[in-house]
Amino acid sequence: MSRSARVALKSVVWTACLLPLLMLLLKFWADDLGANPISYATNVLGDTTLRILLASLTLTPLRLLFGISWQMSLRRLLGLFAFSYAVLHFTVWVVVDQFFNWPGMLADIRKRPYITVGMLALTLLVPLAATSTTRMVKRLGGLNWRRLHRLVYVAGVAAILHFSWLAKKGRNDPYLYATILAALLGVRGWHRVARALGKRRVVALGAPSTPKRVAGAP
Amino acid sequence: MLIKRRPDIASSEITARGLYLSRRAFIAGGAALTLGPSRATAAAETPPAEPLAAKPSPTFRVDDPPTKFESATTYNNFYEFGVDKADPSIYGARLRPRPWTVRVEGLCARPKTYDLDELLRLVPLEERVYRLRCVEGWSMVIPWIGFPLASLIKRVEPTGKARFVEFTTLYDPAQFPGQKKNLISFSSLEWPYAEGLRLDEALHPLTLLTFGMYGHVLPHQNGAPVRVVVPWKYGFKSAKSIVRIRFVTERPQTTWEKAAPNEYGFYSNVNPTVDHPRWSQATERRIGDFRRRPTLMFNGYADQVASLYAGMDLRKDF
Repeated sequence: MSRSARVALKSVVWTACLLPLLMLLLKFWADDLGANPISYATNVLGDTTLRILLASLTLTPLRLLFGISWQMSLRRLLGLFAFSYAVLHFTVWVVVDQFFNWPGMLADIRKRPYITVGMLALTLLVPLAATSTTRMVKRLGGLNWRRLHRLVYVAGVAAILHFSWLAKKGRNDPYLYATILAALLGVRGWHRVARALGKRRVVALGAPSTPKRVAGAP
Repeated sequence: MLIKRRPDIASSEITARGLYLSRRAFIAGGAALTLGPSRATAAAETPPAEPLAAKPSPTFRVDDPPTKFESATTYNNFYEFGVDKADPSIYGARLRPRPWTVRVEGLCARPKTYDLDELLRLVPLEERVYRLRCVEGWSMVIPWIGFPLASLIKRVEPTGKARFVEFTTLYDPAQFPGQKKNLISFSSLEWPYAEGLRLDEALHPLTLLTFGMYGHVLPHQNGAPVRVVVPWKYGFKSAKSIVRIRFVTERPQTTWEKAAPNEYGFYSNVNPTVDHPRWSQATERRIGDFRRRPTLMFNGYADQVASLYAGMDLRKDF
């Protein structure tokens, strides 16, 4: 991809990811967050986290299914945006919703499964964000880095559970998100299985080696 | 509950209706840029509200300042219109609250189909300011207009076998888009919406058959044209847009009970000591407030209603 194409692509993604936050701030300034602003802000930030997280998990399946790879350069950007929205979502809960009621929040984390898995999802994203720099990739080594970043699958499942377990019956969006996540993880699983089967056949045929994996692909 | 001079809620605290509607239209216009045209036009169709005269009740009013009209009409749980809080105000215009009849039937000596206008003239209307506590953990204070449900019940003379009252909400997917089932909205409640009260709860003087709020007929999103308000129970117990009231012997199964029996019991009395399985009910956020406040037993109506539940285990009969 040419440099200008890359810049254009990243600008589009930056804009798309910042838009929900910008809308939220505009509505805040216009005093237009509705009757329950705290709940509204929490929901928008949580929803955006899920969407960007799912978007980040779409990049590899696109490569596996269609053999295209220009989108792979967006992984860090999308991952960090998902993490940022998760942190904002959490911050609104701590500061605005619970107003630093630590005993109450700790009790909720222990007692309320949807909050427990939500905390788990956020916690799992922390080491991924911390090791997102190129220097950290080098320091950890490609293989270790890839292994560590498989945690994003657990975080994704935990995040979707967090939403499904708090949503009231009658809502369809938790099912929608869960279906998308299942499909995205399914493509990876299917690809792994297919490759393992292929490898066994290759070994059985006495071929000297298997094709090298594409670097940095969890 | 305090016996008080009527607080002045008419003009200063409530955004002028015209201004508020134009603001909604503006918001909808903005939303249309991103969401497509349907929402904008739906909001613009919201019909003007008719005033509804009522005498303020000197006894049935709480001290807390009423919630802003705009909040009470844009932040609603009325799944017949959709599951988002804004859906009822956006799609409310599709409901046709007239002509309207309410069938009162079942175990009673004088079953009857009441026309809405007849109901409105049955007993003088009064305005009562009640707290409203939603099971989700937020609350409002609403000036309702209506009369005690007991006045209607006594007219139809329930028989000795009648022990429960069942309320049924209108079923019509053309008016209630949330009742439509399709590929996108596969998960849904069972329609029509059914709610119920024990007969003594239904006869309690606090239980209000309600036709209006804030000096006007009920906005569509608040359960037009007729609903009940049971202020010591979580909001979903107060059935909206009622077409049938039926007296039965067996405890009726309610819509939310069917949807999640471990979460929404038949009684669903506001109770800070009995948590929802997934979240605490100890506190609530009053709409318009920043900090949460403690939730009161029976939503603050314990003096009036606690005796209804004497000897019952409220953890078991939640």
